[in-house]
Amino acid sequence: MCLAVPGKLIEIISAPGASRLGRVDFDGIIKTADLSLLPDVHVGDYLVVHAGFAIAEISADEALATLALLAELAEFGEEP
Amino acid sequence: MNSRLPAGYNPVRPFRDPAAVKALLQRIESAVTRPWSIMEICGGQTHAIRRYGLDELLPDSIELIHGPGCPVCVTPAAKIDRAVELSLRPGFLLCTYGDMIRVPGSGDSLATAKARGGNLQSVYSALDALQLAREQPDREIVFFAIGFETTSPGHAQALQVAIDEEITNFSMLCSQVTVPAALTMLLGDDSHRIDGVLAAGHVCTITGSNEYHAIAERFRVPVVVTGFEPVDLLLGIADCIDQLEAGSYRVGNSYTRIAKDDGNPVARAALVRMFEPVDMEWRGIGVIPGSGLGLREEFAAYDAERKFQFESRIGSHDDQSGCISGQVLRGLATPERCPNFGQSCTPATPLGAPMVSAEGACAAYYQYARFE
Ligand code: SF4
Repeated sequence: MCLAVPGKLIEIISAPGASRLGRVDFDGIIKTADLSLLPDVHVGDYLVVHAGFAIAEISADEALATLALLAELAEFGEEP
Repeated sequence: MNSRLPAGYNPVRPFRDPAAVKALLQRIESAVTRPWSIMEICGGQTHAIRRYGLDELLPDSIELIHGPGCPVCVTPAAKIDRAVELSLRPGFLLCTYGDMIRVPGSGDSLATAKARGGNLQSVYSALDALQLAREQPDREIVFFAIGFETTSPGHAQALQVAIDEEITNFSMLCSQVTVPAALTMLLGDDSHRIDGVLAAGHVCTITGSNEYHAIAERFRVPVVVTGFEPVDLLLGIADCIDQLEAGSYRVGNSYTRIAKDDGNPVARAALVRMFEPVDMEWRGIGVIPGSGLGLREEFAAYDAERKFQFESRIGSHDDQSGCISGQVLRGLATPERCPNFGQSCTPATPLGAPMVSAEGACAAYYQYARFE
């Protein structure tokens, strides 16, 4: 239920009379998501989608910082 | 200015990387000096823990206790009974998430009601239910709105659209719950053995981590916002263990790329606009004051429980099946301790919701069985 899946926003479309919709690429599977809870997103951003709504934008800075931390840990772990 | 992620960025794969998992396990192992029990709140986390066998990979001194974060599991039988009642009413169509359909109420589940002629539609989003209301104006479309803070903002948005478009044949049967109230109840119980808490990362994308400061402070437990991939879970556990070993109890965030400290303010505003805290029964656990999100009075026309009359009463419908889901949801018993587990209760013949839901602990234990 609280499963939320990350994907890349590849297109913003607006449905007539309704809220802003986006097309999101989930590792090759493209689905439509409602963007009304994330008014400031742009094409190319990574979003987390849950039950048809984009609920969060992935912060590039934070993602890169976590990846750097992991790389550091893995390197450290490899030493004898 | 925010940097951009590289073109080939994969938002999932690095967080399942075996080398990173191994390094984190080593890191945790070197930090832990005594036994600790950590509760993961969300059933999605329970499933990931069992699926990747993290509970076995971690040092024996770390015990993971499974929490109540399974919205389907905590939806009271009485609400399911009302959903069943509406589904059987001529001219009505009951819509809800797929997970909810096979969960028994005090008698029928929505699935068994459908077999008796009930009108039921499984939907992926509240917007799908709204679309059905547009397409079938002479039918009452009732959306059975269950979920935690992750899900409820979408319900609020769908409702806003219904109001804007003056769609009058759409309503919601609300069974929405919030995490902090439940966590406060669990930690306030003297018999609990929770040393640290992994807060549910996706709930926190909406609420942020700020609302956990008071809980960490009051109960002196570290609360760490944690994601769902193996690496994310281990990052959360590592932070929790570091804090416990150091005797501190802060709110940590190991899911910073997705859950911001102040969450999603637009979504939170949508929740506040449409809903207000109500006392809510959690199945198997009991009523937790202020733990539900009900529709505000001004939206009564969209509230199925105000709009329609019911034969079935809201009250406590005791489960007669011998299901111990209440203990499982409070982390007091593991599913294997239930005499029905794998015997009279299986995913094909569930006696309780935790065996049905994709987030239920019993389903996780059944699906990822261990042979010892
Ligand atoms: S195994 Fe079945 S009967 Fe036992 S607690 Fe889980 S859902 Fe309930």
